[in-house]
Amino acid sequence: MPLAKLQFDTTKCAACEAVSCLVGCQYMDFRDTDEAKKEWQKVIDNQDSTVLRSCTTCYACEEYCPFGNHPFYLIVERQEEKGILPAPRPIITMWINQCQPVGKFIVGKVEERALSYCFLPHLYALVKGKLFDGIAWSGIFGQEFFCNAVYLHYARASIIKDRLPMVVENIKNQGIKELVCLHDECYGTFTSLASAYGIDVPFRPVHYYEYLCDRLRELKDVIKPLNIRAAYQRNCSARLCPQTDHYVDDIFGLLGVERIKRRYDQENALCCAEVFRMAKGPAFADDVQRRNLEDMVEYGAEYCVFNCPACWDALADKASDRGIEPIHMIDLCKLAIGEEQGLRLSESGAEV
Amino acid sequence: MATTGTVYDALVAIVGKDFVSDRKEERYFYARDGGLMPPHEPDFVVLPRTREHVQEIVKLANREKVPVVPQGAGLALTGLVIPQRGGIVLDMKRMDSILEVNEKARYVIVEAGVTHGALKNHLQKHHPQLRHSIPDSPPTATIAANAVIHGQGRLSQQHGFNSDMVSGLEVVLPTGELCRIGSCSVSPYWFSKGPPLPDLSGLFLGWFGTTGIITRLGLKLYPCKKMRDVMLALTDRAELVPEIMLRLSHTELVEDVVAAAQPLPLRFRDTFWIMAYITGDTQEELEFKRKAVWDALWDLFESRDVGFLSLPPAMKGPLLSMPSKDTTRFADVSKGGGFQYAGPIAPIEKFPLFVSKLEEVATRHKLFYSSTSRLIGAGHCMMFSFSFSFNRANPDEMARAKTALDECSKFALEEGGVLWKADIDEQKLLMDKMDPNTLALMKKIRKLLDPNGIMNPGNWEIG
Amino acid sequence: MQDYASQIHRCFRCGYCKFPSDYSSFNCPSYRRFRFDSYSTGGRLWLVHAWLRGEIEWSEHLAEILYTCTTCKNCVEQCPMKFAPDIVEWIVGARSDMVEKGRIPQRVARFFEAVHGYGNPLKRLRSQRAAWADGAREYAPGDEYLLYIGCLGSYDENGQKMAGALVDVLNASGVSFGILAEEEECCGNEIYMLGEMGLFQSLVEQNVGRFRDLGVRQVITLCPHGYNTMKNHYPASGGDFQVYHYTQVLDDLIKKTGVKLSSAAARVTYHDPCFLGRYNNIYEQPRRILQGVPGIELVEMERNRKDAFCCGGGSGNFITDLLAGGEDSPARTRVREAHETGADILAVACPGCLTMLTDAVKAENLDDKLVVKDMSQILSAALPAR
Repeated sequence: MPLAKLQFDTTKCAACEAVSCLVGCQYMDFRDTDEAKKEWQKVIDNQDSTVLRSCTTCYACEEYCPFGNHPFYLIVERQEEKGILPAPRPIITMWINQCQPVGKFIVGKVEERALSYCFLPHLYALVKGKLFDGIAWSGIFGQEFFCNAVYLHYARASIIKDRLPMVVENIKNQGIKELVCLHDECYGTFTSLASAYGIDVPFRPVHYYEYLCDRLRELKDVIKPLNIRAAYQRNCSARLCPQTDHYVDDIFGLLGVERIKRRYDQENALCCAEVFRMAKGPAFADDVQRRNLEDMVEYGAEYCVFNCPACWDALADKASDRGIEPIHMIDLCKLAIGEEQGLRLSESGAEV
Repeated sequence: MATTGTVYDALVAIVGKDFVSDRKEERYFYARDGGLMPPHEPDFVVLPRTREHVQEIVKLANREKVPVVPQGAGLALTGLVIPQRGGIVLDMKRMDSILEVNEKARYVIVEAGVTHGALKNHLQKHHPQLRHSIPDSPPTATIAANAVIHGQGRLSQQHGFNSDMVSGLEVVLPTGELCRIGSCSVSPYWFSKGPPLPDLSGLFLGWFGTTGIITRLGLKLYPCKKMRDVMLALTDRAELVPEIMLRLSHTELVEDVVAAAQPLPLRFRDTFWIMAYITGDTQEELEFKRKAVWDALWDLFESRDVGFLSLPPAMKGPLLSMPSKDTTRFADVSKGGGFQYAGPIAPIEKFPLFVSKLEEVATRHKLFYSSTSRLIGAGHCMMFSFSFSFNRANPDEMARAKTALDECSKFALEEGGVLWKADIDEQKLLMDKMDPNTLALMKKIRKLLDPNGIMNPGNWEIG
Repeated sequence: MQDYASQIHRCFRCGYCKFPSDYSSFNCPSYRRFRFDSYSTGGRLWLVHAWLRGEIEWSEHLAEILYTCTTCKNCVEQCPMKFAPDIVEWIVGARSDMVEKGRIPQRVARFFEAVHGYGNPLKRLRSQRAAWADGAREYAPGDEYLLYIGCLGSYDENGQKMAGALVDVLNASGVSFGILAEEEECCGNEIYMLGEMGLFQSLVEQNVGRFRDLGVRQVITLCPHGYNTMKNHYPASGGDFQVYHYTQVLDDLIKKTGVKLSSAAARVTYHDPCFLGRYNNIYEQPRRILQGVPGIELVEMERNRKDAFCCGGGSGNFITDLLAGGEDSPARTRVREAHETGADILAVACPGCLTMLTDAVKAENLDDKLVVKDMSQILSAALPAR
C-alpha cells in the first residue's frame, strides 16, 4: 500500500495575510507579518527555514490556521525531509522502538462501543467506578491501538503514515463502531491527523469529555457541586480538536467548578513543556512551566485540571508544590460523585 | 557415619540441636545458589549465633580437618558458597546484631549476619543523616559477605568498592583465634581498617572466606541528604558512554553513575541509558546539581547525540529504590527463575567493546541479555555486567548461558579486565594469568593462615 | 487450582519474601522461627521443585517444611516477580499433591481425620458445638444474618468467649441473626490451605446446601478464615450469599443503632489477621471501630497492616503446631513487639490469633502487662450495662 500523503493546500497560504500559524506562535517571535510570510513560504517551498529549527512542536498552529490547512503537519514533514532533529536522536529512537507493535496488546470484552486506553497505563487507574459502569471492560490497550501522534514531536511523519492505517484497521477488526478515546491525542488523531493524510476512519471517535458529559447528566442526582476554582491545563493535542473545548466548560458547569480566566488558557495555553525539556533543554522548559504555574497562582486556582496524563506527569508535582491541587478531569468527575481519585501524586521521590 | 555422628554431636554441643542440620533438605538447599555452578552438598548446615560459636566450630573443623564454608545470603551467583568438598556450611545470618553506630566518626559496627536491608532500615529510623553504600542485590545480602567479594553499591562512584568502605574487622582465623584488624586492634574506635597500621584487611577481603571468617565488621557511613533524584541520559553511540561517564564524574556532584544496555523492553533497544543520581538537602541544591549535569553534556545534547529523558514518577520510583527490585526481576524475564552475570572490573574505555561482545554472544547463543555497568571511584574503573537470564526448567538454555558467561569472562580477561567474584573456573583463569610471584605469595599466605586447608576449599586453590 | 508444577521453578530464591516492606526484620513466620533458608518461601519452592524432579525423595522433614508455612501471604506482598500473586496457590498445590500421594506429616493427617470424622479439627463432639451459646438463638428463615461461628469459636475456650462477646454486641445493636448450632460444619479454609481438596469440596457443598435450604442471604463470620473461604472460594461452588467479617458490619451497626459505648481507658495495639488483612485488604475498619471506643488510644506495632507479622496459627498450625513453641515462635515474637508499643491490650479480630497470642503472653511472662482481647470483647465490655 502506498504511504498516505499530507493533503496540504498551498493556495490557501498564498491567499493568507494574517500568517496566524507563525504570528500566533508563543515560542517563536514573529511579530512582523511580512517576515512570517517569508519564512512560511520557505517552509512551503521546502527550503531551510528557522521555523524548522525553532519549532517546539507544541501543535498550536494547527488551531491557529483559520483554513484548517495543517501548518504543523507540514513543518513535521519538512523537518523529516531535511533530517532536522527536533529532539536528540536517541530520544527519537527510544520513542520509535517503544511504541512499535509487537503483539502484546490487551483487548477486553469489546463491544461495538469501546474505550481506547491508548498505550497509557495511567488510564487504567482512572477508569473506575460509576462513570464507567458497563463499559470499563470494553477496552483496548497497547501499541497496536496507539494513535502514534507523538511522532509529530519527533519529525517522524513517516512513522505515523506507516503505522496509523494499521491501527485504524486493528480497531475496525475488533468490530468497534464507536471508540471513546480516553486520551485526547487519539481523538485528535482520528479526527484531524487521519483526515489530513487521507486515512479513512471507519468508526466514530468520541472524545471522552463528551462521554463524561453524558454520564454526568445521567448521574445528576448523585453529583455534589464542588464549588472550586480550577485552572485548566490545555494540552498539545487539544490543538487538533479545539471543537471539544466547550466540553470543559460543560463538565465544569455540571460539577460546580469555575474555570478561572487566566492568561494561558484556550488559544494561549502553554504546553506542559516536558517535550520542550527533552528537545531544547531545561532553561526553556523551566521558564514555560514557571510562567504557566505562576499564572495559575495569580488567578487564584485551587485546582489544576488535567486532560492529558503526560501533562500530569510533567506538572502535577510542581502544581502541588505551589499549593494547587492537581487532578485529572476523570478524577474531578469522580470527586463530585463521591468516588476515590485514581491518579495521585507519587511519593517515590521521597526515598533516600 | 560414625565420624559424621561425632561431628554432628560436637556441633550440637556448640550451637544446640535446633541450629544444626544434617538432613537431606538443608543439604540440598545449601548445596547450590541461584546461579549456574554445579551443586555440591555440605555434610552439615550450622547456624552460629555468637563469635564464640564460630571459634568453637572452626577449632573443631581444624582439629577434624573438616571443610568450613561461611555464607551470607548466598547471592553471589557464582557458587562461592557451594561447599566444593562438603563439610560444614556456616549460615551467618543469625549473627544479626547492629552493635554500634558512631555518628560523629560515621561508622557502624555490625555482626557478620546483618543484612543490607536491616542496616538501611536501622539508619533510616535512628540515624537519618547517615547512609551506607547499598548494593543492588536483594536486601537479604549481608554486609560482611558483600565486603568479602568486593561488592559495589550506590556510593561506589564516590567512595570506591564497598570493601574500601570497611573500617575494621573481627575475624576468626582458620586455627580458631579471634583477631581484630584495623584501628580496633589498638583502640575502641573502628574508624580505619588499616592506616596508619600495616593494612591486614587485605588478608581477608577478596579471599572468599578462604583465610578466615569475619564475625564483626566496621563499615563507613556517609552523609545522607534529605532529597535524591535520578537523571537519565540516553545515547545511541556506545563509544560516547565512557566520555559521558567521565564527564558526569568530573562534576564531583553526582552520587552514582550507571550505564544500562538491553534489548527489551523495547524502549531500551538501540540506546544506552546512563543514570546519574544526585542528592541535596534543599531543592536549590538539587537544582544546582541538575544544571551541572546538563552543562556537563550540553555540547553532546546540542549535537543531538545525547538526550535526557524526562522520567514520569512510575519510572523514577524503581530507579530510586534501594536496593533495586528491577535488578532481581531480570531473573524472571525468561519466566524461569534464573540469571547470572559475568562482572569484570575494567577500565571504562572498554564499554563499547564489551557491549558489542555481549550482543554478539547473546545473539549467537540465543539468550536474553542485559548489562548494568557502574562507575567505581572517580572513573578509575567500572563493573561491567554481561548478564544472561535463563529458564531453570530448560537445561539446554542453562548450558548455553554458562557457555556464554565463560566466553564473556575470557574475553574480558584478555581485554585487561579482572573478573569480579570469580567462580572456581574463573579463579583458575585469573591465577593462570597472574604474575607467578604474586601467586606464590597468595599460596604462602594461605598455607600460613590455614595449614590444614579447611577454609572454603576449592576456592583460590593454588596448585 | 494452579498448575504449580510447571511454574514453581521460577523462584530465584532472592529472599525478598522474608522481609516486611522496610526490611526491618524477618517477616516470614517459619523462616523467623527456624532460620534455615529451607524454611523460607524460596527454600520451600526449591525443595518442592527438587521433589517434583526426583532430586530428593519425600521425607517427613520435607513435608514439615512445606506445612510450617502458615500461608500468611507475606511472601506474596514482598516478592518482586510477576508470579508473586500465585505463590500461596503453588504451596497449596504442592500440599495437595502430597495429600493425594498420602505423604503428609502425621499431625496434618490427624487434622484431616478430625475434620472428616467430627466436623472440627479439635475432635470435639458435634452435639457440643453450640454449648458456648448463651443468648444466641438458632437461625430461622427471615433472619437478616446468619452468624457463622466456626470451629475455634465453637470449641476453643478463648474462641467461645469471643463468640459470646460478639453475640452480646450484635444483640445490643438490635440486628436479627441466628446461628446454625449443631448444624454448623467446618468452613474448610484450613482444609483448603492444607491441600485436602476432596474434603474441602464436600465441606463447601454441605455448607452451601444448608445455607441455600435455609434461604440465607447474608453471613457474618466470627473468624477471618471462614470469611476468606466463603468470600473467595464458595462462589465457585454455588455459594450465592453476601459474607462479612464481623468487623465490617459492627462499625455501621453501632453507628446506626446509636449504642453509646462507655469509656474504656486503655492503650491498644491492633494485630492484623492475615486472612482479614493481606487476603482481603481489610485494614481500616477494625482500627476505626477501636478508635470509636471512648478512652482507647490506638498505637501501632512496627509491623502493621500488610507488613503485619503472622501469629503463626494459619494453615492449621494453631492445631498442628508444626512451628512449635520456644522463644522464636512467631506468636512470642509478635507479643514482644506488641509489648514494645507500651500497649496494655493487644487487640485481635480472629479466634486463631486470640489463642496463639494469649498463650504467647503467658510464655513471655507478660500476663500482668499485656492482655490479648478480641475486638468483640473490647466492644462488649464497652456496652452500656443492661
